[in-house]
Amino acid sequence: MIIIDNLQKSFGSRQVLRGVSFEIETGATTVIIGRSGTGKSVLLKLMVGLLKPDAGSVTIDGRRIAELSTDELFEMRRTIGYVFQGAALFDSMSVADNLILGMWEHGDRDVPKLEQEVRRNLSNVGLLPDPSSVSTAVFEEAYHQLSSKMPSELSGGMRKRVGVARALMGTPRYVFYDEPTTGLDPVTSEQIDNLVCDLTQKLDVTSVVITHDIFSVYKVADKVVMLDEGAIQFIGTPQELQRSSDPVVQEFIERYAMTHAARDVHTND
Amino acid sequence: MIGDGVAAVGRGVTGFFAELGRIMMLLLSVLRFFPTALRSRKLVVEQMWQIGVQSLTLVTLVGAFTGAIAALQATNLFAKFNLMALARPFIGGSISTVVFTELSPVLTALVIAGRMGGSIAAQIGTMQVSEQIDALEMMAIHPSRYLAMPRVLAAMAMMPVLIIYANAVAIFGAYMLMIMKFGFSSDDFFGSIRNHFSAYDILIGIIKSLVFGGATALIGCYIGFRTTGGAEGVGAAAVRSFTIASAAILVLDALFGYIL
Repeated sequence: MIIIDNLQKSFGSRQVLRGVSFEIETGATTVIIGRSGTGKSVLLKLMVGLLKPDAGSVTIDGRRIAELSTDELFEMRRTIGYVFQGAALFDSMSVADNLILGMWEHGDRDVPKLEQEVRRNLSNVGLLPDPSSVSTAVFEEAYHQLSSKMPSELSGGMRKRVGVARALMGTPRYVFYDEPTTGLDPVTSEQIDNLVCDLTQKLDVTSVVITHDIFSVYKVADKVVMLDEGAIQFIGTPQELQRSSDPVVQEFIERYAMTHAARDVHTND
Repeated sequence: MIGDGVAAVGRGVTGFFAELGRIMMLLLSVLRFFPTALRSRKLVVEQMWQIGVQSLTLVTLVGAFTGAIAALQATNLFAKFNLMALARPFIGGSISTVVFTELSPVLTALVIAGRMGGSIAAQIGTMQVSEQIDALEMMAIHPSRYLAMPRVLAAMAMMPVLIIYANAVAIFGAYMLMIMKFGFSSDDFFGSIRNHFSAYDILIGIIKSLVFGGATALIGCYIGFRTTGGAEGVGAAAVRSFTIASAAILVLDALFGYIL
């Protein structure tokens, strides 16, 4: 379980988070939504110690992040997979090397075992076929073609999936997604949403998703936390979100629906 | 108005010392990971190749012209004061002394500061703005160990090698100029170097190059880690790295001149 208690963060004179408190239950998917610039990504980075709060605390599995030494913090991060908004793949390394790097640098030098883990996670994210549904030769050909590609040779959706596969290496207990569908077309966005749902169930991980995509919320969330102006505006289930009479929540949902309706009109023109 | 001026100077001074303190913190962090160099030898060797081997062409050019220009200036100076006949037995030795102790390490380091320092700042800066450094941290890989230590160690290892090579090229460049322009013989030139050779001069050059290389790489890494602002920020980081590294080389050289 993750407990966020009264988190506050400012950058210069701009206060981004004004005392945010909520809990993330183990085994569930918690989605944090809000308009752009409300502090969602900052909140995610505070939760994993990439940023230090001005006040408040984050507790993961009973351990306060601020009280951990650097080595203890790094040890804790090995239980967390983090999918960055732009995937943050290492552009000088191939797909396989991107996935293997973490385990390699921590002393795991069993190359066949590492490659097997790479195959498994690339299959989990749909970049390789299910090994039980194709012949070994076909699977290996697909693997060799994909694993040697550089990030610059991948589409946006593929980079996101490779980013997810990298986050899954080493079987984390938590997976954090920073705007996993931003910048992607609707079809690919839905595929990523389905991926998040599948992985949460299949791998029994606790997922935290940052998004401003309301459709992703309805698809993946067990619990929704809405931020507005650096504070919590709403906490509840997706159904409660939809029924909420809070004007800020309603505006967010209606604006999103209007944007998509306008897009449909232009498509029909 | 005077108060504003004093406040601005104060902010500048405190800002300078704050930056210096952060660079020292990075240095301590890098030194802490030196014992892991064997485990990360692939990373270190890659950097040695990039910093050392790929700089050879540039160092050859700099070395040759450094030696030739040193020879030209020394000989013209003696000729200006009608001391050529008196100075002839000492010219080779004076050229080699100034090349080994000052010109070769400082000019080579300045040129490498542009190439290596700018490149390191740009590489690490690009990683910083694209969240690759954050990705390393989330994989529990310490950026100082993975990125900074190999670069600093490789620079400290390769700069003395480059300087020794630059010394040889510079002496050859000086020799070519002396025989082509001033009619010196090999005995005149190399005999003077032999008679006045001091291993201490070579040692000074090597110590300087070790410190210059480490400082350049450290500054490049520091500026890279603090890069913001996308592509424009990366470009600015590369320029800033070269500027600060160059200033640091000159300040350190002055310090060495005082101490050694």
